Amino acid sequence: MIQQVTEKIKQWCPQAEVETAGETVVSVPADKLEDVCRKLHDDTDEPMDYMRDLVGVDHGEGVLGVYYLLESTRTGGRVMLRAEAKGGEENPLLPSVCRIWKTAEIKEREAFDFFGIRFTGHPDMRRLFLREDWKGYPLRKDYDMDSNPLELTSEVNADVTEEFNLRPDGTLERRENVVFNPDDFVVNIGPQHPSTHGALRMRTSLEGETVKHIDPVLGYIHRGIEKMNESLTYPQTLAFTDRLDYLSAHQNRHALCMCIEQAAGIEVTERVQYIRTIMDELQRIASHLLFYSCLVMDMGALTPFFYGFREREMILDIFEETTGGRLIQNYNVIGGVQADIHPTFVQKVKEFTKHMREIIHEYHEIFTGSVIARNRLKQMGLLSREDAISLATTGGTGRASGWANDVRKHHPYALYDKVDFKEIVYTHGDSWDRYMVRMDEILESCAIIDQLIDNIPEGEFRVKVKPVLKLPEGVFTASVESSRGEFGVFLVSRGDKSPYRLHYRSTGLPLVHAMDTVCRGNKIADLIAIGGTLDFVIPDIDR
Amino acid sequence: MEMKHRKLPTTKDMRPEEFKNNDYLLRMAEELNRDGAGIVLGTLDDLINWGRSNSVWSLALGTSCCAIEFMALGAARYDMARFGFEVTRNSPRQADLLMVLGTINYRMAPVLKRLYDQMAEPKYVIAVGGCTISGGPFRKSYYVVNGIDKIVPVDVYIPGCPPRPEALFYGMMQLQRKIKMERFLGKRDRNEVPQGLMENKEEKA
Repeated sequence: MIQQVTEKIKQWCPQAEVETAGETVVSVPADKLEDVCRKLHDDTDEPMDYMRDLVGVDHGEGVLGVYYLLESTRTGGRVMLRAEAKGGEENPLLPSVCRIWKTAEIKEREAFDFFGIRFTGHPDMRRLFLREDWKGYPLRKDYDMDSNPLELTSEVNADVTEEFNLRPDGTLERRENVVFNPDDFVVNIGPQHPSTHGALRMRTSLEGETVKHIDPVLGYIHRGIEKMNESLTYPQTLAFTDRLDYLSAHQNRHALCMCIEQAAGIEVTERVQYIRTIMDELQRIASHLLFYSCLVMDMGALTPFFYGFREREMILDIFEETTGGRLIQNYNVIGGVQADIHPTFVQKVKEFTKHMREIIHEYHEIFTGSVIARNRLKQMGLLSREDAISLATTGGTGRASGWANDVRKHHPYALYDKVDFKEIVYTHGDSWDRYMVRMDEILESCAIIDQLIDNIPEGEFRVKVKPVLKLPEGVFTASVESSRGEFGVFLVSRGDKSPYRLHYRSTGLPLVHAMDTVCRGNKIADLIAIGGTLDFVIPDIDR
Repeated sequence: MEMKHRKLPTTKDMRPEEFKNNDYLLRMAEELNRDGAGIVLGTLDDLINWGRSNSVWSLALGTSCCAIEFMALGAARYDMARFGFEVTRNSPRQADLLMVLGTINYRMAPVLKRLYDQMAEPKYVIAVGGCTISGGPFRKSYYVVNGIDKIVPVDVYIPGCPPRPEALFYGMMQLQRKIKMERFLGKRDRNEVPQGLMENKEEKA
């Protein structure tokens, strides 16, 4: 599969080189990049129409590069491209691919923010996570960690932004683009707002009551996890994954453990796979219950909030008995899990799934059937399938728009190829469908758990792994279906005991980026409800 | 002295003899005893403080994980309405207490400061979780504030990552104790307190 793609790229661009340390990476020269990407995207047999991720890497000695992780929604084939920025450390330049994949708009801003790589042809080269008056690019290897002291004055957010284009003679042309006109009516939502699910800020311009443009301002909970990873050993890096998207703590950690195990050639036992899969699904149910509680609360209903938390507490009890943690469990470790399951685990999980099935009708009776809910969710915040793929809104949001993107189904890991489950796909792409996808997935997760819970095999819950682990050189990736989309791990190893670069694919970043597309033309009163159904968690976006 | 402390548990960071159970409250009690209070004013104080301590309205500045545990506090199982905490205000103008739930970074720091300044007196701050106390696991980051007490004065620290709901209750009840001991009538301006706190810290150092 991958060979066909690499051969194609070689035909289009003979200078392309194939590297096979870890995963296969096709290295493409910067001036051919846009052309190759366009051809890959428009390919008739296997169109690479979904950009999973765009990751900047500082290769050292003034070489900055970007990795492009692409996937075809038709065949599920994946390919990874690499390009090196021209112009060295002072003025690194790469052509933008944001006209091919919309999600690159925000991912390229991230790469600019962290590495200072300017993307020519990108309409909006502003910083994304860091303050606009920040000096330097923190993920470069030579960044001085003390160069920016704490400032208690608020930054000024610019209303204009820059675009750079390359003239044929190789010089740069700077153009100013307008984010908000002086006569735009801009409403500021957040960062301290109860319904933005964390510290998210959206500058929203209005035409009367209608939303004209949303400019998300991120970084109010940016914690620099990716930079810190580079100075930690592999087992130490695990702790941060739980704190990214704390409602997908198990799944995130599962992805990182899987990536490291795969790179180090560690085989986990069947028992571990069972435990991990069950825990992942319990986590998914807990997350969807919280989604329900938050959505109804955003829309002004309080009683269903108590329903959601009632069942969620049952799951947290199960987690606590086995792992010791309620919200953040720190349970998966390299080579297995931290501790064996509690003696009452099986019985309690069985009781829970039975209870969940019997009680979910209460959720639907109090909220789903309500006229208010229907009027406020149906036909609101439409997202077409094409937009969903181009914006890379994975998870329930994409599946509500008719894009079957469940990693568990299309790239099965752990035990997902052995269990029988339905991938929930709706077609309208409105808030209602996004809500229904999650409600149906609760039952589907119960079904997965029921198939596994009686058959947990005996065996080791953890294989012995050296405390200081060294991974072979190369690029490694892993992805899982977290509670709200595809969570990916991208790891560059240089053979040391700590990663050279460890990047996480945020599930929420594309969702926040999609807010502009989804909310445009809707009333401002519906903005919060639409945001609620997109279901993002901010610390996962900002990392 | 050594014999006395031998059996006490020791941690790397703190010797047992350094541990004081709420020395802040002890100091306040000492101050009250020293200065005395009139029958009328003192009784009025007690009444007002009884009311204030049982209806602490919080502004939940929830940036990350701890905020979810705070939500669990609001749900039926933990039910913080039992203690009068259930009203969370989303405007700093209506809040008595600033609950800082989650990491504060360099972009959020000016916002936190501004929210605190916007609150009306008397106001309190609770720092929830390792991140707000010291930066927690993100202490070495280029973007995380190592403890919100660098920005605003903190009344109660609740450690944990995230703290259990019971820990949150314990912390909030400590604040209630503190409010109950305060002199409400004829009290000093609170703006002076942070400076006093700073002096004490310097003395220790």
